[in-house]
Amino acid sequence: MIAIVDYGAGNLTSVARAVSFLSYDCVITDDPAQITGAERVIFPGVGAAGSAMETMRERGLDDALKQVFKAGIPMLGICVGCQIIMDSSQENDAACLGMIPGSAKAFSDTMPSEHGDGFLKVPHMGWNGLDVVRSHPLFEGVKKTDEFYFVHSYYPVPRSGDDVFGTTDYGIKFASAVGKHNLFATQFHLEKSGKPGLLILENFCRWAPC
Amino acid sequence: MLSKRIIPCLDVREGKTTKGIKFKNNVEIGDPVEMAKFYYEAGADELVFYDITASHEKRDIMIDVVRKVAQTIFIPFSVGGGIRTLEDMRAVLLAGAEKVSVNSAAVKNPDIISQGARAFGNQCVVLGMDVKHVGQKTGIPSGYEIVINGGRTFMGMDALEWAQKGQALGAGEICLNSIDADGTKDGYEMALTRMISENVNIPVIASGGAGTPEHLADVLTRGRADAALIASMVHFGTYTIEEIKAFLSGKDIKVRKS
Repeated sequence: MIAIVDYGAGNLTSVARAVSFLSYDCVITDDPAQITGAERVIFPGVGAAGSAMETMRERGLDDALKQVFKAGIPMLGICVGCQIIMDSSQENDAACLGMIPGSAKAFSDTMPSEHGDGFLKVPHMGWNGLDVVRSHPLFEGVKKTDEFYFVHSYYPVPRSGDDVFGTTDYGIKFASAVGKHNLFATQFHLEKSGKPGLLILENFCRWAPC
Repeated sequence: MLSKRIIPCLDVREGKTTKGIKFKNNVEIGDPVEMAKFYYEAGADELVFYDITASHEKRDIMIDVVRKVAQTIFIPFSVGGGIRTLEDMRAVLLAGAEKVSVNSAAVKNPDIISQGARAFGNQCVVLGMDVKHVGQKTGIPSGYEIVINGGRTFMGMDALEWAQKGQALGAGEICLNSIDADGTKDGYEMALTRMISENVNIPVIASGGAGTPEHLADVLTRGRADAALIASMVHFGTYTIEEIKAFLSGKDIKVRKS
């Protein structure tokens, strides 16, 4: 059973629908015991890292996720889930889970746009590419030309390049796929990225981290 | 680099697409779920469903359509038409839509934008605008006025001011429909699209007037739109999404290849 962590950060049903479409069993839960006992754990999310972390602590989910990380259970963060695994986020100066050293930073809307006409639109919303900088089992079958769907104003900045697996260009080059041991996370929405998104999600459902 | 989005728009009445679509092999389909699947497979970047069901009682049929679409396609889609309250928004989003579009309800009650943005996040709220060119006059400094009821009712609101107000209230995106260009297949309203795009900091979807791939190329470059809505040019099989994207690629416009 795959546990999809409910920490009040919306859009869990679309992830559950994608997992079900791939014929894997999943349950949306905020029960720490069910999460630490799951075969795999996904923590999606939209919204703000600060309020996400607050809800996590209220429900005791931060400790559950840290336990899952330690136990070597495959875990996947999506969007805000890719930011709260850092030490902290610039968003409300929130302290986060600290699984990957570094922080989450904000795009600046005073940066020039990609087309040289005015300023960068924030949030970064729409389809963008992925440059794989380090191979990973979850990237198996992903093509160079594949694009993924993004909606975010913050992005992860790992302290070590060793934790970065993919990057994307939007005004700057940022880490859009990060990971460490049994943890992998994408800033883009796997559940809204068509076939390449479903492919990575399916790879996760079969992933056996060593 | 972010790709420009190509977005087919489907009009749905009481659970059926109003015109159906005729593909190149001349098969007609009026089932919105089948059509969504077709466009998903064909490389659409996003879909827009516009519910033109007349009565409030039949809204549940649309919610059922949304639920089925969400189980079938895995790209973002928005739903507009008849969204009047926070509860209407919630129902559509819970059924699986990524975004919800408000148009005349927001004109009458702008607070629905901020309420929706607070409850679901700015990225969920699209401000749909129907606009007509009326020329510069008192109260309409941009020369473009907001209309409702399919262009029959003039609201005395300036289109540019309304776009900026919508952004300030928390809209995450604007779907800008020119009533003058709509249905003409003569191209998008270029001056309007460019004026709005240059003066807001949220994405603008150009709508109304698409007839050829050249029209899309134009509005995505000169018009500075972030996305282009298309309808009859693909519904009747005149062009495929693949053909449109190949044309745009050839013009050095970045689009997603699938």
